[in-house]
Amino acid sequence: MSQPESALAEAQGGGRAPESLAALAERHGLRRAIARPSMPAYLRQLWDRRHFILTYATSRNVSKYSESMLGQLWQVLTPLLNAAVYWLMFGVILGQSKKIDNYPAFLITGVMVFTFTQRTVISGAKSISSNLSLIRALHFPRAALPLAYTIQELQQLGYSMAVLVLLVLVTGEPVSWLWLLIPVVLLMQLVFNIGTGMFMARLGAFMRDMNQLLPFITRTWLYASGVFYAIDDRTKDLPDFLRWALEFNPAAAYIEFMRDLLIYQRFPERWAWVTCLFWAVFALIVGFWYFWRAEERYGRG
Amino acid sequence: MAELTKELSQVAPQTPETQTPETQTPQNPKTGSPTVIVDDLHIVYKVYGAAGESEKGNAANALMRILRRQGRPQMKEVHAVKGVSFVAHHGDAIGIIGRNGSGKSTLLRAIAGLLPPHKGAVYTNGQPSLLGVNAALMKELTGERNIILGCYAMGMSPSEVREKYDEIVDFSGIGDFVQFPMSTYSSGMGARLRFAISSAKTHDVLLIDEALATGDREFKKKSQQRIKQMRDSAGTVFLVAHNLDVIEETCNRVIWLHKGKIRMEGDPQEVLEAYNKA
Repeated sequence: MSQPESALAEAQGGGRAPESLAALAERHGLRRAIARPSMPAYLRQLWDRRHFILTYATSRNVSKYSESMLGQLWQVLTPLLNAAVYWLMFGVILGQSKKIDNYPAFLITGVMVFTFTQRTVISGAKSISSNLSLIRALHFPRAALPLAYTIQELQQLGYSMAVLVLLVLVTGEPVSWLWLLIPVVLLMQLVFNIGTGMFMARLGAFMRDMNQLLPFITRTWLYASGVFYAIDDRTKDLPDFLRWALEFNPAAAYIEFMRDLLIYQRFPERWAWVTCLFWAVFALIVGFWYFWRAEERYGRG
Repeated sequence: MAELTKELSQVAPQTPETQTPETQTPQNPKTGSPTVIVDDLHIVYKVYGAAGESEKGNAANALMRILRRQGRPQMKEVHAVKGVSFVAHHGDAIGIIGRNGSGKSTLLRAIAGLLPPHKGAVYTNGQPSLLGVNAALMKELTGERNIILGCYAMGMSPSEVREKYDEIVDFSGIGDFVQFPMSTYSSGMGARLRFAISSAKTHDVLLIDEALATGDREFKKKSQQRIKQMRDSAGTVFLVAHNLDVIEETCNRVIWLHKGKIRMEGDPQEVLEAYNKA
């Protein structure tokens, strides 16, 4: 298609007809300095930058704790302390533990799984807006940033999961074959987080107030996700659609799935599988597409 | 619908782009072919936290502004480049001069494709790259990690990084300090390492922002030589500098930017003379 057209332009140029700069650019095969690549090309670029994404994530994790005396130990201490605080609040003071068997394991599973998503959402929203200087200095598919932030959280989750498994064992739950499914649910949650992180990255890039608003949103989400209580127990008296909405909540679905594997030793129901898978695929497609649509505009801030 | 057509028009130029290099090169002599075309470029960017005199940032005022629907007060739009057009050719070394805030760095960033045009367009052959990786580096990390991170940020592959690593350490001359966090470096050492990293890659179209040649006199000489080398290997070079001697020495064309517009353009001697008089 380009051949005849460029020949035509060549002929016009030879005739010294006044030529616009855009036509001159086309005649010499120059392309726009800033143009959003097609989706397949974008994915390829992103794949080419995988080393950068991984190194960036690791570097951020290393530099995060480099100023503190205990250093990388905080990666383990932070989730442990978090679990301790919540257990004190909801287990001891508010007395939730009498209703639920093995409340510490129940609670800590909820906290760890929810924290993974919560932190990705919050850091994803900052991934573009706090890296404007990097975006204005170097070329790379911008999706590398929210992706690196999600991977950074995944690396931290590794430590949290080790703590979680240890605590579950300490509270007296037996090791089960179902634990082999843990990577599967984590993978589904990771995919969900990647998509959500991308979505939040674009929101956060153009709506600065998002960073102020997010803590409230995520906290509401936390309280609605059955981290501290069993959803089916609390929602007995609610209308059907509300109960359905609460259980369809992605965070609640991933938490329940994990509890099934770790604490109750039961194969998750088909409903749980469908919900977890649906959210992963849905978030990935929507989040990625939404982020990519604004690719060329992130530098403007 | 409008968005769809816009998307198509952006995707379309990619097809001819893959074919033209073969068809064009035989027809064009080595110097003549344009590498960068800037067509009536306007750049507007947003600055946050810039409050004017009447808009003091207290909460009561902010509430009033929301009630009056005046939008975000701490955000200002800066019209940094206002309708710049020029064509750069293969083999050109173009100096960009102008006062502080005349839009020089913004123009460079737009040519690099890092700032989206508000209006107009920049067309380029190959990927213009800005010399500078400072933004990707983390001062809490060791020089070692920063070299690797910086190289990946510029888009190198692991084998290229391994290949260049020693050269970067050598050129920067920081020696054993490479194992210490960059926060412990003196400002000269930091600047040397940053320059060593950012100049490790070769580019088709090279954009050099001022204040790169920092460090002591010896390193200054070394880095100027390196810039000269890079200029020789690159097709087209853009150089922003306040040091007019550097521009006169290295450029064959000068663009004088004034308040976002081209005030004068052409032969270095003429333009620099006029600039010095103004």
